[in-house]
Amino acid sequence: MPITRDEVAHLARLSRLALGDDELDHFAAQLDVIISAVARVQEVAAEDIPATSHALPLTNVFRPDEVRPCLTADQALAGAPAAEGDRFRVPRILEEES
Amino acid sequence: MSVETLMPYDEALARYEPVLGIETHIELGTSSKMFCGCATAFGAEPNTQVCPVCLGLPGSLPVVNRAAIESTIKIGLALNCSIAEWCRFARKNYFYPDMPKNYQISQYDEPLCVEGHLDVEIEGDDGPEVHRIAIERVHMEEDTGKSLHVGGSTGRIHGADHSLVDYNRAGIPLVEIVTKPIEATGAKAPLVARAYATELRELMRALGVSDVRMEEGSMRCDVNVSLMPRGSSQWGTRTETKNVNSLRSVERSVLHEIERQAGILAGGGRIIQETRHFHEDTGSTTSGRSKEEAQDYRYFPEPDLVPVAPAGDWIEELRAGLPERPAARRARVKADWGLTDKELQDVVNAGALDLIEQTIAAGADPAAARKWWMNELSRRATALAVELAALPITAEQVARVQAMVTAGDLNDKLARQVFEGVLAGEGTPDEVAAARGLKIVSDDGALAGIIDQVIADNADAADKVRAGKVAAAGALVGAVMKATRGQADAGRARELILERLSG
Ligand SMILES: [Zn+2]
Repeated sequence: MPITRDEVAHLARLSRLALGDDELDHFAAQLDVIISAVARVQEVAAEDIPATSHALPLTNVFRPDEVRPCLTADQALAGAPAAEGDRFRVPRILEEES
Repeated sequence: MSVETLMPYDEALARYEPVLGIETHIELGTSSKMFCGCATAFGAEPNTQVCPVCLGLPGSLPVVNRAAIESTIKIGLALNCSIAEWCRFARKNYFYPDMPKNYQISQYDEPLCVEGHLDVEIEGDDGPEVHRIAIERVHMEEDTGKSLHVGGSTGRIHGADHSLVDYNRAGIPLVEIVTKPIEATGAKAPLVARAYATELRELMRALGVSDVRMEEGSMRCDVNVSLMPRGSSQWGTRTETKNVNSLRSVERSVLHEIERQAGILAGGGRIIQETRHFHEDTGSTTSGRSKEEAQDYRYFPEPDLVPVAPAGDWIEELRAGLPERPAARRARVKADWGLTDKELQDVVNAGALDLIEQTIAAGADPAAARKWWMNELSRRATALAVELAALPITAEQVARVQAMVTAGDLNDKLARQVFEGVLAGEGTPDEVAAARGLKIVSDDGALAGIIDQVIADNADAADKVRAGKVAAAGALVGAVMKATRGQADAGRARELILERLSG
């Protein structure tokens, strides 16, 4: 069992997801299957295959420091659930402002 | 909130040894953001410098800004760091609306620059004292958006109904510079912290990588403080005072945390590891009560970006292009201009170093260049509440005014009037002098009539001079200067007066 119900509960809390007890059981089992499936990749990993975080053997992909056109505030806010005065409106946040 | 008992500073230092750590965020001055082409201008209308990448919209992909990498490498080199041969970005996952992606692209266990140091100087008990601040790492990340909390009385989160977010700042390249623990500074800890922040700011300015305006947030310090009892080698629990936004506040926040923590420890309490906020008005810190859960950012390598592997020749090219370090420059300037430590400090604090150097380069002698910038022009900048460099006058123009003084066309009083005209937008120094008729009158013919009149009006003083009391001529010269509204050549006027009365 690569993932426990407690871990799922912890991740749900970090992700601000309110999951009920039955949902935790349900998702823990599902995630377990998914992670087990992905973990099978490790079975074919041999000594001569280094770990990687990217599929392409590339480094140093950069762009020049040039300004490109931005969205307008209206465009930026078009998909926002709520907006006010050209700003995204979000529920009260429990942490301090940064 | 319970009332805290602060321990007087001297007593706190007698019982405890402070250990500091400073994390400084520097917003780089690139034209575009870290991972997209959005503009980075400060103060733009909300959400007008955003795009799908920095809004975290599905399907968008980040691409690294080459100039940001270069700036970071320059910072690393200037801080005597090693530059990583290969490093990656990481996702720092957290759910807070200041980042629309639900993660911040940062660097985690593979920073671009590691293991450096910065020497800072403070005024010790027996003269200047150098402290070497060890640098742990310099890494890249992106800045967050700005939240405005609505409904609370103070603009802070407490009592807010909802928050409004502007993502213009989200994605601006940010460099974080982290010190190793700063130990054994004793009672000088607040001064060392301030000196470090000051020197770092000077260095960033010299490198030209950031405008480092603390009041605008382009340089922000998080200051960690812990205390250990004297005689112990066990570090205490630290607090982290966030977003300290002026050099003075860096010093004050350290001082306050020392007094506060000592008060708690002496009363048998224990320090809670927490984030605290500094308040400019009271000089005190309060608990931020944030991130009470252990920080769990689930870092993992950023899959949308490939590794950064700066080639050796690129690094060497950047190293070769580094400007003179501020400390070396100060030492050179001090010797060349013949300044005392205090005079040099005043010049640096006034932001006049570049201006004076440029004025000298434009032909003025060091003493005159410094005099104009530090006296007349500083006074006018203060009156206008702008920085010296923001005055509408160039170093070349200041040098030109001084050249006119040296040539005998202006005296200091007239020069000040020329400055006034230039600052008022009346034109170049020559144009102002011509338009206002500012020129020393040393022509004997022009002075003769005025002198005759002055002698007639001041018969007593004239008689004294005739009787051999040469000192009395001063009053007559003064009257000539007054009559010419300061434009007479005082030396020549004196000669003519003495000539006239010696007969
Ligand atoms: Zn963007």
